Amino acid sequence: MAHHRSGSRQSADALARGLGWFSIALGAVELFGGRSVARWLGMERHERLIRAYGVREIVTGVGILASKDPTPWIWGRIGGDALDLATLGKELNESDADRDRVGIAMGAVAGVTVLDVMCANALTGQSMQERARRWDYSDRSGLPRPADQMRGAASDFQTPRDMRIPDALRPYKQPQLQGRPQPSM
Amino acid sequence: MKALRWYGKGDIRCESVPDPEIEDSRDAIIKVTSCAICGSDLHLYDHFMPGMKKGDIMGHESMGEVVEVGSAAKSSLKVGDRVVIPFTIICGECDQCKRGNFSVCERTNRNGELAATAFGHPTAGLFGYTHLTGGYPGGQAEYLRVPYADKTHIKVPNGIPDEQLLFLSDIFPTGWQAAVQCDIEPTDTVAIWGAGPVGQMAIRSALLLGAKQVIAIDRLPERLSMAEAGGAITINFQEESVIERLNELTGGKGPEKCIDAVGLEAHVSMTHPDTILDRAKQAVMLETDRPHVLREMMYVCRPAGVLSVAGVYGGLLDKIPFGAVMNKGLTIRTGQTHVNRWTDDLLRRIEEGQIDPSFVITHTVGLDDGPEMYRTFRDKKDGCIKVVLKP
Ligand SMILES: NC(=O)c1ccc[n+]([C@@H]2O[C@H](COP(=O)([O-])OP(=O)(O)OC[C@H]3O[C@@H](n4cnc5c(N)ncnc54)[C@H](O)[C@@H]3O)[C@@H](O)[C@H]2O)c1
Ligand SMILES: [Zn+2]
Ligand SMILES: [Zn+2]
Repeated sequence: MAHHRSGSRQSADALARGLGWFSIALGAVELFGGRSVARWLGMERHERLIRAYGVREIVTGVGILASKDPTPWIWGRIGGDALDLATLGKELNESDADRDRVGIAMGAVAGVTVLDVMCANALTGQSMQERARRWDYSDRSGLPRPADQMRGAASDFQTPRDMRIPDALRPYKQPQLQGRPQPSM
Repeated sequence: MKALRWYGKGDIRCESVPDPEIEDSRDAIIKVTSCAICGSDLHLYDHFMPGMKKGDIMGHESMGEVVEVGSAAKSSLKVGDRVVIPFTIICGECDQCKRGNFSVCERTNRNGELAATAFGHPTAGLFGYTHLTGGYPGGQAEYLRVPYADKTHIKVPNGIPDEQLLFLSDIFPTGWQAAVQCDIEPTDTVAIWGAGPVGQMAIRSALLLGAKQVIAIDRLPERLSMAEAGGAITINFQEESVIERLNELTGGKGPEKCIDAVGLEAHVSMTHPDTILDRAKQAVMLETDRPHVLREMMYVCRPAGVLSVAGVYGGLLDKIPFGAVMNKGLTIRTGQTHVNRWTDDLLRRIEEGQIDPSFVITHTVGLDDGPEMYRTFRDKKDGCIKVVLKP
């Protein structure tokens, strides 16, 4: 599976690793400091949910760091970001929540989301370029001569009547009769 | 014998099963020398097609040697014959078979009533493809029982390798029919969605049938490189707008002919939000298919143009812009392939060297490695385009 990695691939990988460690750190805070986080946000009712989100973050982080290709895990992070934003967004309407702090948290999540999306796009684009390098099938035409010379080589074939398109839908050529345009054959 | 059996979503196993036996006088038994995994098999693997049962034997692209012939099939087959088996089982005698509409043969689907409940009328029996189409054991196995074998076969000569002939069973005639249904004119642009095995065959067919311009749409660079080799201009749907590019390439008028070689599992991505909605609806059974490609074709096709749908769809589809179809006067042609209608002609083209369909094979393995190859093919890993299994 040896293949060279380009410079931008390296920086995308580095960003992914950074996001992986960030996931684990944030997850640890949510999991072990669930109560304080909940209190800070005025979301005491949701302590267990926050801990659960912490587990999700840790799993994703480990996935990013441990896998050969972090791309799907980064997409997973983006899904998680959306979930976080939705959960926080709902709190903005709750009277017991500290709306300013929820707002700050949402801002932070949105900031990381931007990084996640940048990272995912860079990784996806790069992995596509790598694919193109590794598996180049441009010599597999299946044709005996260059494709351009094979155009129409099967024109001895007669389209069966039931598969012909209606004459009215054929390309318009010269009118045969005066006055009225005719479909060509 | 060994066979690949379906056990549920993402679960195919290579197991020992009893050898098939002649059950009807029109049957024959084939010793399979080569078989292939098809994009249609992925719809079963991902469990988007209803009507599979645990333990069903997969596979509908097989060829091999005749080892046993029922009394009523002896007039046209004998032990030792080399045959490719079409994926559609045909009686050769019903009204539809007589017209060459083999994939809607009226007799060979032994679960015709089930099919009629789903589709209004029965369609032909198919190998290894759900109980809606007869629940016939498939050919990803060491041996295959061929019902109606006196008609359901394509005799092939010795001296040409399996790899060049195997795809007469399905994908070559399927790509060919997709192009034939377009009734291609020398002035036509033919746009083909999907550069999988079916798309690749459609690209070559459209070229051989004389299309002025063939355009292939996919997102996987290795598949696009193979499409280019076949003379296609390519569009990467994750990097560019398909609609804009198609209009650009046709002076703003859109392609005259559009081929769907993708089917019900269109790629789900952020760049195509409708696919995310479709995926969500699939999950809660509000919709069976993801018809992104149909939507795009209907929208971009030139007025009075043709949509040729080779990609398989299973059930109920949402948000279909039929207004575009009606108002632009589009023609839609569809169908499982009438394989035997084309194979004499296509075999001749292979023999004459006009085309060698083996170009599409990227992986050849034994039956034991079949389950892993299903995963590789589904995930488009390891540059995989077409897998051939050697039982
Ligand atoms: N009509 C028939 O008789 C018949 C016979 C064989 C196969 N099929 C069907 O043809 C289809 C293709 O089969 P295959 O073996 O080539 O499968 P495949 O899965 O290898 O190929 C499908 C290709 O479509 C591409 N794709 C996904 N979304 C797309 C989009 N939005 N736009 C463009 N391309 C997109 C994928 O990247 C992939 O390369 C399947 O639905 C299969 O069931 C029909
Ligand atoms: Zn198939
Ligand atoms: Zn019939």
